[in-house]
Amino acid sequence: MTTAPPAEQRSPGPSELERAFDAAVAAEERIEPRDWMPDAYRATLVRQIAQHAHSEIIGMQPEANWITRAPSLRRKAILIAKVQDEAGHGLYLYSAAETLGVSRDELLDKLHAGRQRYSSIFNYPTLTWADVGAIGWLVDGAAITNQVPLCRCSYGPYARAMVRICKEESFHQRQGYELLLALSHGTEAQHAMAQDAVDRWWWPSLMMFGPPDDRSAHSAQSMAWKIKRHSNDELRQRFVDICVPQAASLGLTLPDPDLRWNEQRGHHDFGAIDWDEFSQVLKGNGPCNEQRIDQRRRAHDDGAWVREAASAHAVKRRARATEPPGPPPAVSSPTPRHAPQNGATTT
Amino acid sequence: MTAGSPPPAAPAATSPSEPARLVGEDATAALMLGDDALILSHRLAEWTGHAPALEEDVALANISLDLLGQARTLFSLVGNEDELAFLREERAFHNIQLVEQPNGDFAHTIARQLYFSVAQEIRWTAVAGSPDCPTPIRELAAKAVKETAYHRDHAWEWTLRLGDGTDESRTRMRRGIEVMWRHTGELFVPIPGLPLDEPALRAQWLTALETVLAAATLTLPEGPDADAWTAGGGRQGVHTESFGFLLAEMQHLHRSHPGATW
Repeated sequence: MTTAPPAEQRSPGPSELERAFDAAVAAEERIEPRDWMPDAYRATLVRQIAQHAHSEIIGMQPEANWITRAPSLRRKAILIAKVQDEAGHGLYLYSAAETLGVSRDELLDKLHAGRQRYSSIFNYPTLTWADVGAIGWLVDGAAITNQVPLCRCSYGPYARAMVRICKEESFHQRQGYELLLALSHGTEAQHAMAQDAVDRWWWPSLMMFGPPDDRSAHSAQSMAWKIKRHSNDELRQRFVDICVPQAASLGLTLPDPDLRWNEQRGHHDFGAIDWDEFSQVLKGNGPCNEQRIDQRRRAHDDGAWVREAASAHAVKRRARATEPPGPPPAVSSPTPRHAPQNGATTT
Repeated sequence: MTAGSPPPAAPAATSPSEPARLVGEDATAALMLGDDALILSHRLAEWTGHAPALEEDVALANISLDLLGQARTLFSLVGNEDELAFLREERAFHNIQLVEQPNGDFAHTIARQLYFSVAQEIRWTAVAGSPDCPTPIRELAAKAVKETAYHRDHAWEWTLRLGDGTDESRTRMRRGIEVMWRHTGELFVPIPGLPLDEPALRAQWLTALETVLAAATLTLPEGPDADAWTAGGGRQGVHTESFGFLLAEMQHLHRSHPGATW
């Protein structure tokens, strides 16, 4: 991954196109797929949207891990629907990336080859049922804090995908909170399960906002382009301030002895984040890195013959449709009746 | 579809106004059909995160949710849904053996879906139109028939794609329909409380299958689907070996915390 070169190094003087682009961004107009955009802007968006899409589909795993063991039918239905939503988010985001000229298959290949990343949070395991609640409350909560500003991102298709995603994410966050509330007010064992999950997920959730501002590789340029609206540290602080009162209502504690209200700052102070752990997990040494990517690859490889069959069948249908004196192709399009659910990825 | 429906604010284990409960044969019918839906829903949900394409993660989860919704409605006609799902022993489940069969490869799953969803659509249509069936089951059938038509369509389209796709997919699909065939004999065994013309329903089912399989360049398996070496007995609570593992996984957490609310 490369960082964008500063604007002044790209060309001797800004071209007409660049001036128009900069003016549109400055005027808070949306950049659309057919608009001219700097190569580095395109590359940054592809990197970010791909990472986001990959996070959605890898993120299905730790939660799907509990679908078959959900302790009530109501919770089971909520969980299946949630994981299904994540697959749907993956679909919108890969589509948004496609508007920038990269295909889903290309991006998946890069994910499988370890050349593109997904959010490190999903390299932590879901060990008990309460982890499903902690992911909803904390991980989805952090994701929303990150993502709400993306609804105003300068790139139109990404911004619009995020509007829909944020609505569903906030729903997931409330469900996670409600799951933990039931546990916290349940039996002693349930309460302990909830507290243990929060203890394990709190710090990794804070790491989701990325490295501190002075160490963030992509932040400055992304903010100038209005892809990003707030710094990592700002968003992290916002998240901590939101979570503290919610933890109190849940009857659970956050595992940070340094967490306290700072009257002067008007924010909560919190303890030092273990950035060594963050960089270890990022490097692939987290508890589940290998497992997550292996499962992803296996699903993809095991499904190759299915996708090939769908493509071969589509070709056969098209051929039949164009056999003379066949009807015009549009009439007998092989489009499945219930797109997108029935459609396979054609390569 | 149940995918986006908001959960009630408070845990809804029991409804405040006690709904009218079915008894006797009517309750048995609700339980049998509910068990079919619950167990197939469970198997389909196992695909989540493992499907051959993202669209299929969405579709299979969607069908799983629809079936879970049917199971919950049917169980609520008999008793507490969670007690029925999580506290019954293997021999007290009345689902047919077809729905508990392990997923196998995608073609096995599609074959199971084809046999079941075509039969379920035919059954719900018949129940919805039969004044002799218990009213609450008829009401459920009238609603469920719409989503079941989508499930059938999904299985149907995939049968065409796999049967008439590549050599490999055709081989796998043929194997899938053969392996699952021996579990289809139970699909039209009369259900107490539902006075339907089962042989006529089965004839409809066979006609539909012959149509789709022919279009998919496949044929109905020739082996027997009942008696002899074939499977059966699910309705009497006799299941296959894998079913015990399914229940162990599904029930473990709930049973580990007796009396807890989730």
